[in-house]
Amino acid sequence: MIDPVILSLKVALAAVFVDFVAGLAVARTMARTEFMGKNVVESLIILPMVLPPTVLGYGLLILLGKRGPVGRFLLEYFDFQLIFTWWAAVIASAVVSFPLMYQSAKAAFAGVDISLEQAARTLGAREARIFLTITLPLAWPGILAGLVLSFARALGEFGATLMVAGNIPGKTQTIPLAIYFAVETGDTSAARNLVLVITALSFATVFWLNWWCKKKVQTWKKGGPEHAQGEHL
Amino acid sequence: MLRVNISRKLPGLTVEVSFDFDRGILVIFGPSGSGKTTILNCIAGLRQPDEGYISLDEKVFYSSDDHIALPARRRRIGYVFQDYALFPHLTVKENILYGIPSRCKKGKNYRIGTLDVLEMLKISDLQDRYPAQLSGGEKQRTALARALMVEPDLLLLDEPLSALDHGNRRALQAELRDLQRIWRIPFVLVTHSRKEMHALADEIIFIEKGRKRTHVYPDMRRAGLNLAGMAENSPSPVVDGNVA
Repeated sequence: MIDPVILSLKVALAAVFVDFVAGLAVARTMARTEFMGKNVVESLIILPMVLPPTVLGYGLLILLGKRGPVGRFLLEYFDFQLIFTWWAAVIASAVVSFPLMYQSAKAAFAGVDISLEQAARTLGAREARIFLTITLPLAWPGILAGLVLSFARALGEFGATLMVAGNIPGKTQTIPLAIYFAVETGDTSAARNLVLVITALSFATVFWLNWWCKKKVQTWKKGGPEHAQGEHL
Repeated sequence: MLRVNISRKLPGLTVEVSFDFDRGILVIFGPSGSGKTTILNCIAGLRQPDEGYISLDEKVFYSSDDHIALPARRRRIGYVFQDYALFPHLTVKENILYGIPSRCKKGKNYRIGTLDVLEMLKISDLQDRYPAQLSGGEKQRTALARALMVEPDLLLLDEPLSALDHGNRRALQAELRDLQRIWRIPFVLVTHSRKEMHALADEIIFIEKGRKRTHVYPDMRRAGLNLAGMAENSPSPVVDGNVA
C-alpha cells in the first residue's frame, strides 16, 4: 500500500515543480504584455482544465508515443522510451494541473501595482532583482495558492496518467490508479485505506494553504507592532 | 541643465513640450489629464517619447536621432510617485535602503547618511513600521527619503502634496524647499494646485492639453508678476512664447 502513496507524492511534487517554473514564466509574460491573438493563446493554456483527461492522454500518446515526434526523437537519440514510465505520469499530471498554476499566478502578477516596479526601476534595480524582491513576494500568496491547487490536482490525476503511463505496480501505479484497480479486483479494504490517505493528504494541503495565507498577508497588510522586529539603524 | 524636447502620442492627446531648466524647483502646472505625468515618466525613463531629446548636464537620457534611450535604472533620477508607491511588504527602513546595495558596492562616498535623511524627514522613529501603518504625511516623507537615499542628480515629484491634509501640506511645502537647498539638485514638481505652485516654484511651466502655454522664469517670479493672472490671460508679452 505504501508504494502508490510514495509514487503519487513523487509524481505530484515533480509535476508541481514543472508547473511552477513554466507557470511563473508564462503567467508573468501574459500579465504584462499585450499582443495579437493573446486570447487564443490564453484559451489554449486553459484548455487542459476543461478537456476530458482522456483527450489529453490521447494527445500525449500521439506526441510522446514511439511514433510521435517527441517519443521518436527520445528513442532514436537517447534510446529512452518515455511512455509507461513514471516520467510520463509526471508529464500527464503537469499538463492537467498547469492551468490551475497559470490562472492563480497570472491573477497574482496582475494584482501587483505596476508603479511599485517602476519605483524600483528608478531606484536603480535590475529587472531580475525587481522580480525577486518586489513582484514575486507581493504575488506570492496567489502563486502559493496555485502551487497547492495544482499539487492537489496532480495528486488526483487519473485518466491521462492511465493512458500514457499505464498501471504498473511499483512503477507507475499512483493512488487513484491503485484505488480503481483495487475496487475492480474486489480488494475493498486496500481501496478504502488509499481513499482515506488521499483524502487526508488533500485536506491537509488545502487547510495549510488557507492558514498560511491568512497569517502571511496579515503581517504587512494590517501588521501591528508585534511584527516590528527589524534591526535599528 | 535639464533639457527636454519631446513629443509623445497618448489616446486623445499629444504631449509636445520643450523646455530647459537649470536649478531650484520647476513646477509643471496644469489641469488633470494635460499630460504632466507623461512628461515626468519620459524624463525618468519609465516611458519612451515617440521622438525628441532629453538630457541632464552632459548626460543624454534619450535622443531619437541618435537612438539613445537610457534605462530608468541608469538615469540617477529620484521619483516620488503620486500614490507614493512604497513597497507594502517592506518596512520603512527596508524601503528607504532599497536603492542602496548596488551602489554601495562601488565604494561611493555618501554626502549624507541614512540617519541624517531619516532625521531630516522626521521618520527615524518609524523605521520598523510597514507602509500600511503610516499616515499620509509619513508615507510622503518615507517616499522622499527613499528617492533621496540613492543620491539622484534630479528629483521628480508627481502631485506630492495632493493627498495630504492642510497642516501636513504646509509643513511639507516648507520641508521640500529646505531639502532642495540642502541637496542642491533640481526638483521638477507636477501639480494642479495653484497654492502649491505659488508656495514652491522658482520656475513655472503652464501645460494645457499636452502643450506648453507659458514658461515663467525665476527673475519674473522675483519681479512679483501675477502668475495666476498670467495663467489665465496667457499668452502674455513677458513669456517665452515659442510653443504658446
